[in-house]
Amino acid sequence: METKNNWRAWLYLAPMLFLMAVFTFYPLFNAFVISVYRDYLPLANEGAGTISGYTLSNYSVIFNNQLFWQAVLNTFVLAFVSVPVSIIISLFISVGLKSIPKLKGFFQSIFFLPYVTNSIAVGMAFAVMFHRNHGLFNAILSWFGISAIDWIGGTATWWAQMGALMIFTIWESLAFKILVFTSGLQNIDKQYYDAARIDAASKWTIFKRITVPLLSPLIMYISITSLIGALKAYNSVIGLFGERLGGQPYSMITIVAFVYKYRSDFAFQGYYSYAAAGAIILFFITLLFSAMQTMVAKRRVHY
Amino acid sequence: MAEVFVKNEKVYKTQKFISNLLIFIFLGFVALVVLVPFYWMLLTSLKNTTMIEQVPPIFFLKPADWEIENYRSLFYLVPSGPRRGEPLFPFFTYMRNTIVVSIVSTVGTVLTTVLAAFAFARLNFKGRDVLFAILIATMMIPGEIFILTNFLTINKLGWYDIMNQTFMDVLLAMTLPFMTSVFYVFYLRQTFKQIPNELYYAAKVDGTTDFQYLLKIMIPIALPTIITITILNSMGAWNAYIWPAMITTKDEFRLVSNGLRGAFTDSGTGRTDFGQQMASAVLVTLPLLLMFFVFRKQIMRGVSRSGIKG
Repeated sequence: METKNNWRAWLYLAPMLFLMAVFTFYPLFNAFVISVYRDYLPLANEGAGTISGYTLSNYSVIFNNQLFWQAVLNTFVLAFVSVPVSIIISLFISVGLKSIPKLKGFFQSIFFLPYVTNSIAVGMAFAVMFHRNHGLFNAILSWFGISAIDWIGGTATWWAQMGALMIFTIWESLAFKILVFTSGLQNIDKQYYDAARIDAASKWTIFKRITVPLLSPLIMYISITSLIGALKAYNSVIGLFGERLGGQPYSMITIVAFVYKYRSDFAFQGYYSYAAAGAIILFFITLLFSAMQTMVAKRRVHY
Repeated sequence: MAEVFVKNEKVYKTQKFISNLLIFIFLGFVALVVLVPFYWMLLTSLKNTTMIEQVPPIFFLKPADWEIENYRSLFYLVPSGPRRGEPLFPFFTYMRNTIVVSIVSTVGTVLTTVLAAFAFARLNFKGRDVLFAILIATMMIPGEIFILTNFLTINKLGWYDIMNQTFMDVLLAMTLPFMTSVFYVFYLRQTFKQIPNELYYAAKVDGTTDFQYLLKIMIPIALPTIITITILNSMGAWNAYIWPAMITTKDEFRLVSNGLRGAFTDSGTGRTDFGQQMASAVLVTLPLLLMFFVFRKQIMRGVSRSGIKG
C-alpha cells in the first residue's frame, strides 16, 4: 500500500475525530478538572463558571456522604449477583437450544425480545407486577401460601427492593448473553461431542468437561463486560421505582444515579464537582475491571 | 448380539426423547417468563381501575371487556397545572421528535463510521494502530463522565437557552454528541477488511480514486453490515432517557422515554393510574417490537457481533 497519501487518511478520519475530540476526549479530561474545582457554579445566575480555587476535598465530601456508600453498596450487590446468575441461566438455555435445532430460531427470537424493548416501559410493567396488593408476583406467591410481600412500595425492605431490581435486571440481561453464547457454541468443533458420545459421557459431564471449558474465554469476556455494564445501572431503577429511586427515597440509588442527582442540582455551589468526582470514581472502578480483562485474556485460555 | 444392539438403540432413543422433552419444557418455561411482562403490560392497559385493583388479579380478559379508555385518555388535554392544554401523554409529538432525532443521528453516525472504517481498513498512515487502540479503549469509559461537560458545551454553544430554545437547538444537542460510534467503526472495519486487496489494486490501475473506490465498490459490498448499523443505531433514540431530559427546556421537545415516568401519578393523591401508564408503555414498546419482527436477522447478527472479542 502506498504511504504518500498519509494526509488523505486523516481527511477521512476528520469528522469522527473532530466530534470525538469535542464530545469524548475533552469531556474525559475536563471531568477530572471539574472534580477538583472549589465552589464551582457551572451556569445559572451570576457568578456562573467561577471557581475559588482547586481542591481535592470534593472527594472527601463524597466519601463522607452516606448516600454515596448506599449507591456503591446497591451497585455492587446488583452487579455481582445479577451477572453470575444471568450467565449461568443463559448458559443452560444456550446449551438447551443446541439440542433442539428445529425450534431453535423460534425460541431464540422470543428470548431476544427484552433486548429490543425500552427498559423504562418494561420496568413500569414490572412495577405493576410487583404491586403489593394486585401484582402478579404476590398472586403467584399466594398459590404457595406465602403472604403478600411489599416489593417496591414505601414499606419494602432493602432485600425485597433489591430482589425486585435483581429479577428485572436478570430478565433484561439474559437476551444478549443467550445470543452470544449460542453463537459461541456453534463454533465448538462437533468432534469433541462425538468423542464424548463414544465414551458414553453423561450430559452433565459433557457440559462440565467440554462446553464450559471450551467456552471459557467467551464466558470470561462476557462476565467482565457485563459487570462493567451492570455497574452503570440506572434506567432499570428509574423504570422500576421512578424518579424517587427506591421504595423509600434513594433506597435503590446507584452510582450513576448519584452522579445525576448532584448534576441536576447544579444551581448549588460545588454540587457539579461532586457529580464529577462520583463519575471519576466510577471511571476508575470500570478501568480496574477492564484491566483485569486484559490481564486474564493474556494470561490463559482455559484449554 | 444384534438383539442387544437393537435394544440399546431403543433405550437410547427413548432417553433422547425424554431429555429433549425436558429441555423443551425448560425452554418453554423460560419463554413464558420472558413473555409475561409484555402480556401483563398489554393486559393492564386494557383494564379499568376496578379490574386493576381486583385481588387476586384477573389473568384473562375477553375482548368484549377491553377498556380502550386508557388509550383514549392519553390524548385528553390536561385541564390544569404546568402542563395545561397539552395532551396527558403527547405521544405523537414525542414520537415525531424521536423519529427525527433517530434519523439525523443515524445518518451522521453512518457517515462518520463509513469514512473512519475505510481509513482504518484500507489506508495506510502513521499511527493507525495506536489511534485505533485508543478509540477501542474509549468504549469502556462510562458515558456519565462525558455528559457533565457535554451539558456545559451545549450550553456554551447556546443550545440550552432556557428562555427560547428552538427544536433545531435540541436536535443538534441530542444528535451531535452521539454521531460517532467506535463499535460500529470496529464492526465495519472487519467487513471492509474481508474485501480482497486485488480489487483495490485493480481499481487503482484503472485510475479510480480512493473515494470512488469506497463509494462504488466497498459500500455496496458491505451494505448488509451498514444496514445492520443503521437499524441498531436508529433504535437507540427509543431508549435515550437522561440526556434528552437534561437538555430540553420544554416538554414538547422530549423523546418517548421521557414521557413515560411520572406523568400518570396524581400529584395530589399520589395514586398512579396504572391503566394509562401501561397504555403509554404499550405505545412506546410497539414500534420497537415491529422493528424487531421486520429486521430480526440484521438486529441479531449485529448484536451478536458485539459479544465477540476482536
